[in-house]
Amino acid sequence: MSGPVKPVRPPRVVVDGKGVERMLARMAHEIVERNPGVSDVVLVGIRSRGVDIATRLAKNIARIEGAELPLGVIDITLYRDDLSRSPQQPPEVKATDIRFPIDDSHVVLVDDVLYTGRTIRAALDALMDFGRPRSVQLAVLIDRGHRELPIRADYVGKNLPTAPTESVEVAILDRDGLDQVTIVEAVENGNR
Amino acid sequence: MTFNGNHLLGLEGMSRDEIEYLLDSADSFREISEREIKKVPTLRGKTVVGLFFESSTRTRTSFEIAAKRLSADFVSISGSTSSVSKGETLLDTARNVAAMRPDCLVMRHPRSGAPHFLARHVGCPVVNAGDGSHEHPTQALLDLLTIRGVRGRIAGLEVAIVGDVLHSRVTRSNVHALRTMGARVRLVGPPTLLPSALAEWGDIHHDLASGVRGVDVVMMLRLQRERQGANFLPTLDEYSRYFCLTREMLELAKPNAIVLHPGPINRGVEISSEVADGQASMILEQVANGVAVRMAILYLLAGRGRASVEQRQAV
Repeated sequence: MSGPVKPVRPPRVVVDGKGVERMLARMAHEIVERNPGVSDVVLVGIRSRGVDIATRLAKNIARIEGAELPLGVIDITLYRDDLSRSPQQPPEVKATDIRFPIDDSHVVLVDDVLYTGRTIRAALDALMDFGRPRSVQLAVLIDRGHRELPIRADYVGKNLPTAPTESVEVAILDRDGLDQVTIVEAVENGNR
Repeated sequence: MTFNGNHLLGLEGMSRDEIEYLLDSADSFREISEREIKKVPTLRGKTVVGLFFESSTRTRTSFEIAAKRLSADFVSISGSTSSVSKGETLLDTARNVAAMRPDCLVMRHPRSGAPHFLARHVGCPVVNAGDGSHEHPTQALLDLLTIRGVRGRIAGLEVAIVGDVLHSRVTRSNVHALRTMGARVRLVGPPTLLPSALAEWGDIHHDLASGVRGVDVVMMLRLQRERQGANFLPTLDEYSRYFCLTREMLELAKPNAIVLHPGPINRGVEISSEVADGQASMILEQVANGVAVRMAILYLLAGRGRASVEQRQAV
């Protein structure tokens, strides 16, 4: 949920392709360990890169456990808490796509970067409109701190201490052509 | 690409990118109506006022449902029950409604240009829900969304618009949008309802068979009897004999051709029951898509912060 950013120093690569791969494999193992047999576990990715990461987690879990987990897509735009704060044209809405009942399932919500927690709050509200899961667990590739809401992740690829003036960018193979996490020093512009 | 307008008054002059953006947005809203809980909190605390100075059930209901599924409050004022019938001018009505600080006005009016007038005098977004025989932009957008949903594209398709072209705001909005999106348009109807001056919009056919032959989409229009004087048609029977879309006529179109109608349909006048209820008929899809289109428009116009209202007034 960050606004447009202007880089003032070249981006710093903090995790390379191998590192991202290892993080995803470990997170998949943790999900399997915590949910024996992964029965009733479903993955829901938050658009856009949360979906890419959820897809990769699903592949890893299939390799470990031999189970294909249902994968849903959630767009949190309509649940944002900052729409009325900006006089700009509201952001583009993309479709939410959850084609399975989430009632009584264990939902693993997946995003790329956990920051203020506001995206997760919006995603939880959106999720509850689809049913009443038995539990919701949160998986993020990067936790960069600076929480503004009482939210924490259950599965974290990497804790990355950052300054609020920095921006964390996650690249995922299928969308961006490579796996990589970079820190960009930036002048924050607009609401996050 | 985004949609940059402060109002939605018409589709004339709108770019292909803008229309595409509106259709893509509307597509994303369709899913909400299929949920068990058909409501998102997006426009919580916003008020949408409908000003319906002309009878409308479908469009008003569609806007109302769209607003409510976005959690906005919807209040509707209709011409016959309002102060308009007590002699208030349109400007005074508009100013009074504006003083109640709505976040969006939706207006239908028998006079072309009335929503444009309103937009100049109120500090909030205005959506044209049909003005006289001028434009009906949300109807054309839902028509395009329906066509794109079934056929996967709009560019390159041949579309026949059949019936009371002269009085049809649905036609005007559709001609602009379809042509902008790369479709070819034919206009079909009796000479009295289809002036030859409209040839710049598309090929003119005064014969239904030649008009629908080989087309991908047949868009039927309702005979606007409330807008017609006595002299446009000899009798309804005669009109129906020449311009009613029957199964035989539809068979002249492409095998997978679809039929659209903005409703309400006059069964047996412009469309036979067999066609209206048949496989090719997309009439109910149109209605479902109408809610999604109106949700997208209300989101884009009323979904932003209040500051923009003052900015809009300053412009």
